[in-house]
Amino acid sequence: MSQVPATLRYTKDHEWVRQESDGTVTIGITDHAQAALGDVTFVDLPKAGKTFSTGEVFGTVESVKAASDLYCPIAGEVVEANAQLNDSPDLVNREPYGGAWMIRVKPKNPAEVNQLLDAAAYSATL
Amino acid sequence: MSEPLQRTPLYDLHVELGARLVPFAGWEMPVQYSGIIEEHLAVRRAAGLFDVSHMGEVRVRGRDAAAFLDRVMTNEMSTLKPGAARYTLMCQPDGGCVDDLIVYRFSENEFFICLNASNAAKDIQWLRDHVSTAKVEIIDECKLWAQLALQGPLAEKILSLVTTLPLASIKRFGFLVGEVAGASGCVVSRTGYTGSAGFEIYLPAASGIQVARALLTSGKAHGLIPVGLGARDSLRLEANYPLYGHEISERISPIQAGLGWTVKFNKEQFIGREALRRQAEGGPTSSVVLFSLNDRRIARQGATVYAGETPVGEVLSGTFSPTMNKPIGTALVAAGYVNSEQLTVDIRGTRLPLTISVTPFVK
Repeated sequence: MSQVPATLRYTKDHEWVRQESDGTVTIGITDHAQAALGDVTFVDLPKAGKTFSTGEVFGTVESVKAASDLYCPIAGEVVEANAQLNDSPDLVNREPYGGAWMIRVKPKNPAEVNQLLDAAAYSATL
Repeated sequence: MSEPLQRTPLYDLHVELGARLVPFAGWEMPVQYSGIIEEHLAVRRAAGLFDVSHMGEVRVRGRDAAAFLDRVMTNEMSTLKPGAARYTLMCQPDGGCVDDLIVYRFSENEFFICLNASNAAKDIQWLRDHVSTAKVEIIDECKLWAQLALQGPLAEKILSLVTTLPLASIKRFGFLVGEVAGASGCVVSRTGYTGSAGFEIYLPAASGIQVARALLTSGKAHGLIPVGLGARDSLRLEANYPLYGHEISERISPIQAGLGWTVKFNKEQFIGREALRRQAEGGPTSSVVLFSLNDRRIARQGATVYAGETPVGEVLSGTFSPTMNKPIGTALVAAGYVNSEQLTVDIRGTRLPLTISVTPFVK
């Protein structure tokens, strides 16, 4: 079965969110999402400085099978996008919770992260 | 719509191998096992085993069988030698395609035809509707056969481990009937839908799973892995083989699809002849082209092709090519633009230049 690390927060759209010590959050897609997509061939991510509201589309992940939108779990400003995914989109399949993080966001409202699903609640949706 | 999905004789094996099963043409089929790109590359480098038991089979026999098939098919069947097979289209009077098929000649008066799963019932009805003599018998054998495709440069080596049939004697589009992995009455044909060497094997349905297991066991040391429909699509697209409903359909004729070589105008009469002849002589209004993109985004079915700001076509198939390491696809493009170097395709609002390829991406 797919992995759901206990230390992360989740959305029902299969994004994960990690609270960092500097106040930013890191966002990626879950193991379940990468398995459902199949071999990922392209990840389209926003540039640093762009702002998104909660639930807004921030990018696209494309696999051999389909292109899927990425939804921003938390409102805020992008401080960094993972440039490694340009050259190695297959990292999404290999390290969904590690090397294939997608964007780091400075939240508009830091408390918003607490409204996301915890690991148990996310696991229950799978 | 709500008819239950059919399962092939290999269903239990797919579950055991951890396949991801999806609905396809009314069947519950494996789309992938280990991953589409890995499966694709295994076929190009070693070998892959596909369950294609969803494909249909029909036997056509009788004294007038050859003449009948000449009349319903675009290619010539009366000149086909027993022991050989031929690729052909079956067309409507307006030149649109009913289906593409492979016809095997078993003997003077006996033919065996492989049909697309999505068209099998329609094809058999079409054949029955166009028989005008009692000297042709049409027998639906869809439920009698399992079908495996063993494809890749090591396919012959692997198949030779489970059969004593003289495989080297089978030419391209030739076939033999005999025993494979203990199952008798198998049709072993040097054909395929991948652009790599290999065989397609028709087996009595009840023997399907036993033969598949024997092949996977014997072939493992040679790199043989099971391959699903996902890689089947990227393999056939690299080889520029058409898929019904994409490059050929009721609205796209063999002339438009670049399959004019399968249409034999020397035959005095066959369904679609006049319409196809007009297209062949006057040039079709649109044609199918093969393309690649220098990007990572895939142009998928339905995406619009532009010349400047003018829409001039649409994407018919699109996938990621593991061999080319870039997206490839086919598009139906208006006459006058098929050799254009200025075409673009719209992918979610971004226009990307499209590079037309006049040769397949493999071989």
